[in-house]
Amino acid sequence: MVIESTAEPFVQKPQTLAALRDEIAAGRTKAADLASTYYERIAAINPQLNVYLSLTRDRALEQAQRIDAIAAKGDPLPILAGIPVGIKDVLVMRGASSTAGSKILEGYHPPYDATVVTRLEAAGAVLLGKLNCDEFAMGSSTENSAFGPVRNPHDLERVPGGSSGGSAAAVAANLAVATLGSDTGGSIRQPASFCGVVGVLPTYGRVSRYGLIAFASSLDRVGPFAANVRDAATMLGVIAGHDPRDATSSPAPLPDYAAQCDKPVEGLRIGIPAEYFGEGLDPEVRAAIELGIAALEAAGCKTRPVSLPHTRYAIPTYYLVATAEASANLARFDGVRYGYRSTASESLSAMYRHSRDEGFGAEVKRRILLGTYALSAGYYDAYYLKAQKVRRLLAGEFLRAFAEVDAIVTPTAPTPAFKLGEKTGDPLAMYLADIYTVTASLAGICGVTVPCGNTRAGLPIGMQVLARHFNESTAFRVARAVEASEAS
Amino acid sequence: MAAKVTVEDVDRVAELAHLELTQDESGRMLHDLNAILGYVAELNEIDTSDVLPLAQVSELNGAAGASVLREDAPLPCLARPVVMKEAPESDQVFFKVPRVIER
Repeated sequence: MVIESTAEPFVQKPQTLAALRDEIAAGRTKAADLASTYYERIAAINPQLNVYLSLTRDRALEQAQRIDAIAAKGDPLPILAGIPVGIKDVLVMRGASSTAGSKILEGYHPPYDATVVTRLEAAGAVLLGKLNCDEFAMGSSTENSAFGPVRNPHDLERVPGGSSGGSAAAVAANLAVATLGSDTGGSIRQPASFCGVVGVLPTYGRVSRYGLIAFASSLDRVGPFAANVRDAATMLGVIAGHDPRDATSSPAPLPDYAAQCDKPVEGLRIGIPAEYFGEGLDPEVRAAIELGIAALEAAGCKTRPVSLPHTRYAIPTYYLVATAEASANLARFDGVRYGYRSTASESLSAMYRHSRDEGFGAEVKRRILLGTYALSAGYYDAYYLKAQKVRRLLAGEFLRAFAEVDAIVTPTAPTPAFKLGEKTGDPLAMYLADIYTVTASLAGICGVTVPCGNTRAGLPIGMQVLARHFNESTAFRVARAVEASEAS
Repeated sequence: MAAKVTVEDVDRVAELAHLELTQDESGRMLHDLNAILGYVAELNEIDTSDVLPLAQVSELNGAAGASVLREDAPLPCLARPVVMKEAPESDQVFFKVPRVIER
């Protein structure tokens, strides 16, 4: 493993997937040695970053040895042969701890693999372990994990974003070459932006959620993080595609995403929505995104304004829809079939209440209560149904915009990474960290966030590239053009 | 919308959700729910009288998978012992819970 040295001790760029795979295929690097090198780095710096919650060492080394045996025979290697990958702890792996960042699932060892886990291993990936996240993916800073916050490798006093903070920080610190996360309202894109890596929100239906511990089922998606656009595209190509075990997964044809990345962007029509550049946008973020837009223009893209006037209603809409669905999904955690059970209960109903009260953290309880309230008799029409109607308006705006443009670019988040503790006392302030990401979640469209400059203090800034349903290829192309420019 | 949530509402909703809140938690949740519901009341500004609710997006994106159900054929499932192993308390055949009916 060749390591680029940087000023910061924790930030380190992994080698590309293609370079690592070539080294393994040529026998210059053994997959087992590569995995061991990663475990050594994890042992050295995970105590400070708190990125991994648990390691799956035996399984990883067994897979690495399998890859090395194939390489030794000179047989063809699969596309992710020997690549060290980390998995967000909301995705289950057979026999491995899968907590979703919650005390209520401490000690749970699921008896099956998520489909994305099966697909990664079939493609030769070496799965190193499970990554820290906000409890049940509810949060924007990874401070809601029951197992302590993750630190941003760029500045240990700052959050990595969330909820997939461990997945983003792992790539930024080279504790994995690529990772998987989940995104319900921004949980892949916002942490990728805060940590200076690429994150992908696939179209709703593009990637199977079988084995994803559910938060809000009409919004939840699984997607990859990587250090560059092409690697992210390769990862998506491996995990995407129809799965009979997920009724929402789509049989839409699967393009070769990695091959599409380098198609020229000349002539692409790029929409710029004024609603994403208004009040609340950090001036340094604005300046960086404007440079990114200029780089796209220089590459031959045609930019034009698009109007998404309901954007300001997206956060309230999202928090009603997501919490309503969460209150139903989290009803399954009752201390009966798996996970934590409170011991001191004399009746069944007291056992439910005590197990949930002791097992869930404050933000999860807050969202269950809000969702239960929004669904309860007398409030259903005013809150839940109203939010679903506004959701249609928000989605319709995107469909109209995409009749005129091929992609839409925005800042991924209104600010760079904020400090630990800065927003924990005010749930609403924390929710607003997702102001530019919840819209695509509600509309079901796809997007890629790509590094687009830094603040003067050296904090990463991300540009969000959105594209219409099942048009990930266009989002990758535009993101790649930004990555290849001076603006990155 | 934006009805003021009372402490009785919080307790009622907690009961529906099988959550037991301490008095401290209950007070905090009362404050937070009112703040959040006050904020979401902004949705009242929008006239949605002619808009149909959108429960999920598959109808928009042509994700045929959502409208095509698989054959209703039995498939192999997890073996009982590996599932029961994860239960906090079981006799390997049934989940055990505190007594429900008093004799």
